This record gives sequence, C-alpha cells and structure tokens, in this order.
Amino acid sequence: MAEITLTVKHEVGLHARPASLFVQKAKQYKADIRVKYGDTVGNAKSIMSMLTLGVNQGAIITIYAQGEDEDQAIVGLSELVESNFGEAV
Amino acid sequence: MRELRGLAASNGIAIGPAFLFKQVETQVARYQVEDKAAEIERLSQALKHASQELDSIYHQALAETGNEIAAIFQFHILMLEDVEFIEKIHAKIETDSINAEAALKDAGEEFARILEGMEDEYFRARALDIKDVVGRVTRILLKVNGNGAGKLVEPSIVIAQDLTPSDTITLDKSLVLGFCIAQGGPTSHTAILARELGLPAIVGLGADLLEILDGSRLILDGNEGILIVDPNQEDLVHYQALHESMRVKVLKARQHAQEPVYTKDGRRIEVAANIGSVAGAKNAVDFGAEGVGLLRTEFIYLGRTSLPTEDEQFQIYREIAEVFGDKPVILRTLDIGGDKEVPYLDLPKEANPFLGVRGLRLCLAKPDLFEPQLKAALRVRATQNLKIMFPMVTNKAEIRLAKALLEKCRQDLIRENKPVAEHIETGIMVEVPAVAVMADQLADEVDFFSIGTNDLSQYVMAADRTNNAVSPLAESLSPAILRLVQEVVRAAHAHGKWAGMCGELAGEPLAIPILLGLGLDEFSMNAPTIPLAKQIIRSLSLEETQQIAKAALQLEDAQAVKAFVKAQFPGIYA
Repeated sequence: MAEITLTVKHEVGLHARPASLFVQKAKQYKADIRVKYGDTVGNAKSIMSMLTLGVNQGAIITIYAQGEDEDQAIVGLSELVESNFGEAV
Repeated sequence: MRELRGLAASNGIAIGPAFLFKQVETQVARYQVEDKAAEIERLSQALKHASQELDSIYHQALAETGNEIAAIFQFHILMLEDVEFIEKIHAKIETDSINAEAALKDAGEEFARILEGMEDEYFRARALDIKDVVGRVTRILLKVNGNGAGKLVEPSIVIAQDLTPSDTITLDKSLVLGFCIAQGGPTSHTAILARELGLPAIVGLGADLLEILDGSRLILDGNEGILIVDPNQEDLVHYQALHESMRVKVLKARQHAQEPVYTKDGRRIEVAANIGSVAGAKNAVDFGAEGVGLLRTEFIYLGRTSLPTEDEQFQIYREIAEVFGDKPVILRTLDIGGDKEVPYLDLPKEANPFLGVRGLRLCLAKPDLFEPQLKAALRVRATQNLKIMFPMVTNKAEIRLAKALLEKCRQDLIRENKPVAEHIETGIMVEVPAVAVMADQLADEVDFFSIGTNDLSQYVMAADRTNNAVSPLAESLSPAILRLVQEVVRAAHAHGKWAGMCGELAGEPLAIPILLGLGLDEFSMNAPTIPLAKQIIRSLSLEETQQIAKAALQLEDAQAVKAFVKAQFPGIYA
C-alpha cells in the first residue's frame, strides 16, 4: 500500500473539471485507489464519490493506492494535484 | 404589435411562429419488478445509449463551441460510467425490486442531496449536473423524445432564456429559422453557433422575451437586433420583401459559391474558410472555400490528458489538407494561454492571461510542445499546400526564433529520414497592436500577414469582447482598427507580400467594401458566410471601394462607419 497526504490548492477544490481529471487519471492505474478527506473515504475512480467528498480549496487529503502499480498511481495523482490540475494558484 | 431590442448577433431575417424552448420534466412511475436481471440489463443498455449520445455531443461541442463547453459533457460521461453510481442503482433494483427508472431516480437524488447540502456553491451547482444526466438516462429508459427540442415540428423562431450546447445540438436545425435569446452577448456560444449555421440571431433581449406566447407571429431582424411580436401588415410586407430578396440573394450566391471571385474591375480576391476540425473542412468546401485561411489547431490539444504526438497531428493535418487538394491551408500553431485548462501542459495561472504567456510566446517557451506540431506541419507540406502561421506575435525576435526552430525541426526530420518540405510559407497573425504598427519592419521576415480582428480589436480598444458592458467599444469596424488594417496591407504590399484577414470582420457584409478598398488580398471567414461574401465582392469595383475606405477612415467610430456603409449600399444585406 502506498499513500501520500497533500493539500489541494485549486480555488474551487475537487469540483467538476479538476475532479474529472483526477478520476480520469486514477482510472489509468490498475491499483485500487482511495481518497480520504476528514472522516470520509471515497473511491478515486468514481466521479460521484470524489464530488461528494466535497474537497474544497485548502483541504488536506490522503491518497491510498493498493495494487501492482500503486507507486506510479501515487506519483501520477500527486503530480496532478501538485500541478494544481494544470492551472497555477 | 410589440418591438423588443437586443444585440444583433447573426445577420439575416426570419419570419415565423415563436417556439418557446423549455426543458421537459419526465414523470417517473415506480413499480415492482420480478426479473431483476432484465431490469439491470435494461439499465445498462440505457447507460450505454446515453454515453454514446453524450460522446457525439462532446465531439460536436468540441468542434462547434470549444473546450469549456465540451468539458461539461466529458464530466457527464464520467458520471454515467461511474462505478459507485451504477452499483448504487443496481443495489436498489436488487433489494427494493423496483424498476430501473425509479432506482436511477433514487440513486441520483441521494448523490444530489449530498451535494446540495454543501456550503460551497460550486459543489451545490453540480447537483444540477447529476439531475441532467439522470434526466437523459430516464428519457432513454422511457423512450421519450430528447428534451424540449423534440416538440419543434414546424419551421419556427426559437426563443429561450439561454440555450445550452446540448439544447442547440438536439434542435432539428432544418426547422430553426433563427434564435432569440434573453441572456448573453454577441460572443455567447448561441451567437457563435448561429453564425456558424448561417441563421439570424438576437441575444440579450431581456426577460420580456419570455413573455411571448408560443406560436406568436414574429419578425426577427438579425441585421439590426430587432424582434417584432405580432407585426402589423406594413411591417410584414416590408420584411417579407426584404426576406425574399435576401433569400434569392443567398440562393444565387450559393449557385456561384464554387466559382472564383473577381471584383467588377477584374481583381482576383481569395475567399477562404476558418475551420477547426476535419468535419469543418468538408463543410467549408461545400460553401465554396478556396482554401483555409485559418486552421485552428486547439481542438487537437484540448479535452485530453496527454500531449498529441507528431504522428497523430500529421494524420489529422494531412486529412484536412487533402480535402482541399492543391488549395492552400494555413495552419495556425497552437494558440492557448493561461485561461485554458490543459492539464498536461501545466500552464501557470496568470493575473491577466490575455496579456500573458499565450500563443507563440507559450510555444517558444515550451519546445517539447511546439516541435511535434512544427514537424507534423513540415511533413504534411511534403505533399500538400500547407502554410504555417504563428499567433500572438509581438516582435521580430520572436519570428526569428520560431523560424529557427522550424529549421531545426526540418533538419531533425531529414535525419529521421522522413519526407519533408524544402520550404514552407510562414506568416504571422496580426493581433498585437505593436505588430500592426511595426508591420513594415516585420514584413521581410514573413511570407504573409493575417489580421485577427477579434483579438486585435480588444487589444487596441482595451475592451474585453466578452464583457457586455464594454464589448461595443471593441467593434472591429472602428476606424482605429481600420487604420491599422491599412498600415498592415501597405507594409505587406511594399515588400511584395500579401495580407489577409481571418477575424470575423472579414465576413461582415458592411466591412467587405472597406477591406477591399484597403487592398486586402485574402478574406477568411466562417464557411456559411462565404457565398454571400463572394457575391458582395463581385458586385464592387476596387475604385469605388477605395473611395469608401478613404472616407470610412475619417469617421469617428464604428457606429458612424456602419451607418456610412449602409447609406452607400442600401442593399448590402438584401
């Protein structure tokens, strides 16, 4: 199991577009990927699940991945979040 | 009789009944099912069907309206394919033994409720997206027709608060006479779409518009931005005559659309199309385009998660160029900036993206991004008449850098043993005022100039075209813009180069006489405007237009220029 804890800087959080990109990216990996925000854990490959986490700007999230490409998944997804989904802060 | 005024968003006259566009609310019955597996299968078919619908809407939107609207559909597709969502619906069918529609409704509402309960308005707004998607699948399950669009059964003028891209796409365009929109400005996507379809449109008509009764008689004057409700006999006769003469004119124009264009005194003028997709290329040929004056390449980059490869680009550019045979196709290199969201490019957010790193500035800063495109273009040039044009150029140094990179790419291709053109004609867009002013100095570095009046206008007038409060200032028919056009054309001709225009002004009937008079060599525009533009050019002589241009340049603003041209050519629209 690989994991990383990050701060979401995007001004609207994991809202429609950033969430879409996040989910699309997550789907590229075989690993089971979960995102924890507060007390709630969501499925990173589910847009509904990510949206209902309500991750807004400044939120601290933890990404967990389990499976053969778990490390790549963590690197790939954290890069996406760190790059602020292709927009800068 | 009543008259409403809005913003003229797309030229033309329409006379016909009002069709009030409303979204349909579907009633969902709830019943027990025996065969749960069959119900789950029915759901899965409907989801697949909905996904296909959205996929085609997504691609149509990408081609017709650009990335931002298209991204909404991509988001909708993700919702349809959502494992958690589907599992929840299945669970409801399994445990409650209810029909698919009811299970879908319950599951959707559950998610929507969570979002609606959030503090953040961005998340609350997503609840509507869920309802939209659920609505689409429900309509498919119930086999009811699309949305309000399905009720359009006779040729009508469509009236709406605002139209979403999926609304406009689902409307049967053969029954749409024109669009009247309560909201929005001339750059709203309904306006852009109307111009692309060649249908008259008025936007920004205000809330009064929605009080019009379904089926009311309407006259839509898209040239002036006037909507007449329940017209009197006098108006009706006047507009019917106008409409008929425009119709005949368009018909005649279409008959001659495929012929080359000469002015009355024999000067050859090239009329080309602005396109942004493979489908657009074929459409442009039908309308009589003699090539492409602006091939927007952004569609290849947007709506995806990784950079398009050189080979991918090569295939697409070649496919487009082949549609035009030996006629020229001008490829504009990637024109985006910090306002666009391209995840794999990692574009920094800027306080003022329209004055930031965009167009050529961005491409020069990112050779990894730029080189595959240049190489793809050079490879297409080996067999096709492709030219390159750089957007958002500011000075000579940038042109030299870009050309040096182009040469490097050519050398790389030779090393890679790929067929490559010896030479590719290279031009620049004139959008930055500095380039217009310095055109005489830049002319020896380029093969041609193409004036992008949309951006040039907003940079010269310091007015955002998408801000309704100031957009009238940014009208391209302003003498300030026309004077710069004159400078650019003069500079090009003095150096034996040519100057074209690929901004919307090039297809504006009122602008054509002035632009001809200023000596513009090439006019590139949205395909549906080509036949009429060609006819207008044929009806004019250079000598008379030179007089018109000279006088227009002395007027005080765009309104005065419009009034002047209308007075000179009372029949220019009809």
